[in-house]
Amino acid sequence: MADTLHFEDWSCPLPLRNYPRIVLGHGGGGKLSEELIENLFLPAFRNPALENLGDASVVELPPGRVALTTDSFVVRPLVFPGGSIGELAVNGTVNDLAMCGARPLYLTAGFILEEGLELSLLAHVVERMAEAARSAGVQIVAGDTKVVEKGHGDGLFINTAGVGVVSPGLVLGPSSARAGDKVIISGTLGDHGVAVMSVRAGLQFETTIQSDCAALHGLAAEILQVDGAVHVMRDPTRGGLAATLNEIARASRVGVMLQESAIPVDPQVQAACELLGLDPLQVANEGKLVAIVEGGRAPEVLLRMRAHPLGRRAAIVGEITADRPGLVAARTTMGAIRAIPLPLGEQLPRIC
Amino acid sequence: MKYLNEFRDGEAARRLAGEIRRIATRRWAVMEVCGGQTHSIIRNGIDQMLPTEVELIHGPGCPVCVTPLETIDKALAIASRPEVIFCSFGDMLRVPGSARDLFQVKSEGGDVRVVYSPLDAVTLARQNPDRQVVFFGIGFETTAPANAMAVHLARRQGLENFSMLVSHVLVPPAMEAILGAPHCRVQAFLAAGHVCSVMGLRQYPPLAERYSVPIVATGFEPLDILEGIRRAIAQLEAGESRVENAYERAVTLEGNAAALKMLDEVFEVTDRAWRGIGVIPRSGWRLSAAYRAFDAELRFAVTGIQAVESPLCHAGEVLQGAIKPHQCPAFGRECTPRTPLGATMVSTEGACAAYYHYGRFLDDEALASR
Repeated sequence: MADTLHFEDWSCPLPLRNYPRIVLGHGGGGKLSEELIENLFLPAFRNPALENLGDASVVELPPGRVALTTDSFVVRPLVFPGGSIGELAVNGTVNDLAMCGARPLYLTAGFILEEGLELSLLAHVVERMAEAARSAGVQIVAGDTKVVEKGHGDGLFINTAGVGVVSPGLVLGPSSARAGDKVIISGTLGDHGVAVMSVRAGLQFETTIQSDCAALHGLAAEILQVDGAVHVMRDPTRGGLAATLNEIARASRVGVMLQESAIPVDPQVQAACELLGLDPLQVANEGKLVAIVEGGRAPEVLLRMRAHPLGRRAAIVGEITADRPGLVAARTTMGAIRAIPLPLGEQLPRIC
Repeated sequence: MKYLNEFRDGEAARRLAGEIRRIATRRWAVMEVCGGQTHSIIRNGIDQMLPTEVELIHGPGCPVCVTPLETIDKALAIASRPEVIFCSFGDMLRVPGSARDLFQVKSEGGDVRVVYSPLDAVTLARQNPDRQVVFFGIGFETTAPANAMAVHLARRQGLENFSMLVSHVLVPPAMEAILGAPHCRVQAFLAAGHVCSVMGLRQYPPLAERYSVPIVATGFEPLDILEGIRRAIAQLEAGESRVENAYERAVTLEGNAAALKMLDEVFEVTDRAWRGIGVIPRSGWRLSAAYRAFDAELRFAVTGIQAVESPLCHAGEVLQGAIKPHQCPAFGRECTPRTPLGATMVSTEGACAAYYHYGRFLDDEALASR
């Protein structure tokens, strides 16, 4: 982690070097706050709107409807296989916009830092955030920093807002699924959740699974090219595919019937879930897309998805039905039917 | 996973189900003892594959379900103490005590931690010499060896701040209690494979003989379960009552010698209360005299706590196979996974939760035949 730090490149390294950890003064609005902004946030996120350092950023928006979202990131640990809270904050916000069919443009970032947080860790997260924003083609145009006393935070929380524009005439929403539509997912399920769990305290197990954290705006734009075929897009984050499909089934008053054997799950993720008594369908993803697509045009959408780097393992995993509105079910490999309930809360590893 | 997938092959499962259909000439009631088996049956829809002649009865083998209410209340009382770090497996956190659960204790400031191994609790005790670390030691013969090892290690390391709230239960006495009940309908058992892998098969022949009941040690994958059912039905049809091992890749006659030695050193057999069922003689373990100093009940003086079950909850009858979950008047009404009255609705392995989650796609008639 420390090897991504380049203290010597910072414009004014000395005061920060004097404080290897966050102190309350970094949130006080004085000299230390200013140094944190000028030496860390500004160089990382550099763009004209941010550099004005005004009370608000003034930005240009193309004509059209605006999509607006906000999210908060509280993941532990802050750095995990395949990513950190930084990429998660950017990609998660970009994805919320992209799932509405919006082109993401601007983000804000509010940092709540816990006294004692290592500055090198903060710098790592900020650098990864900046890199994620560059990759996603969005600018971080406003921000805020607060410091809470030691013991009052988990090291670092990030709150974001995101702004994007939606093409004229495009309407996507959880209530737009119709009987006969197909359910497509862009790849293997549960990678992020298992990657994070694999490094949690008390649960270190050997796996090469990396978080699938990624910005989905490119993949979303690609499948929206199939004019009018996509009715709903969602990224199945917390609660996994199970929660996402239950929300869609309720909002659209339709049933969902999955084919369990068609759902791609990495064997290592499957093994970890077996070990812990978890259902991969309920485990979080951070770079997967669920599309509810007009039945007849699903093959075309699938082809386009598979041609994109983030959709290579895409699969049609089920269909929308008029039966049992509000309920999600799966046909098991045994040929029987089981319900896929809305997860109650956090999944709890079972006793044996 | 290749090894596991072979035990989930749909085509082979259908062949086995067909074989069961072929040999079953009359109605038989088979109990799967373990909650893990119940979960696998419902999750994979194995019950939907069986002929109407074969009825599966869900047994008492869910450790979370059978932990008595007063033990949960004792856990809550200990976990609420400011000097205590209370460690538990995850699925105990949502189990309701008389008034609240461990999640609520945690939200009120209790230091409640989910651990994945009892040895993690021992490590916590070593790292926090100024705190009392308590591990909630529940479960069947499967979790008991590791829990015994944790106490053994704590004593060897001289940790005076570690203790265990022990509520271990044993499967064979519960099977005997079910067989001895006046209205017992169970005609054959699928014995819990992982229990057998620890304890061996030696305990079962006397039971099979005394009650003329086939007992088949069975694993947890769909083909394991179907094969267990097939063998049980074949014995019933032939008028036999033997102990069979349908889980040979894990189970031997002798069991796991190292685990048995550790259990023998740390625990001793005692009468134990089962939630919803009552006290079953010699059906549990407690710390033996040499390890009594590590007993959290004594250390925190909670032995006197008593509790009264909700009169609406029929979990005990469900656990004994007397009624199906949906036949309980509170099922899906006063009692849901979000507002559970009994532990059978809390644990993912509980029969009530399994019916609630997975049974809603079957009509009442289909449910009644399950």
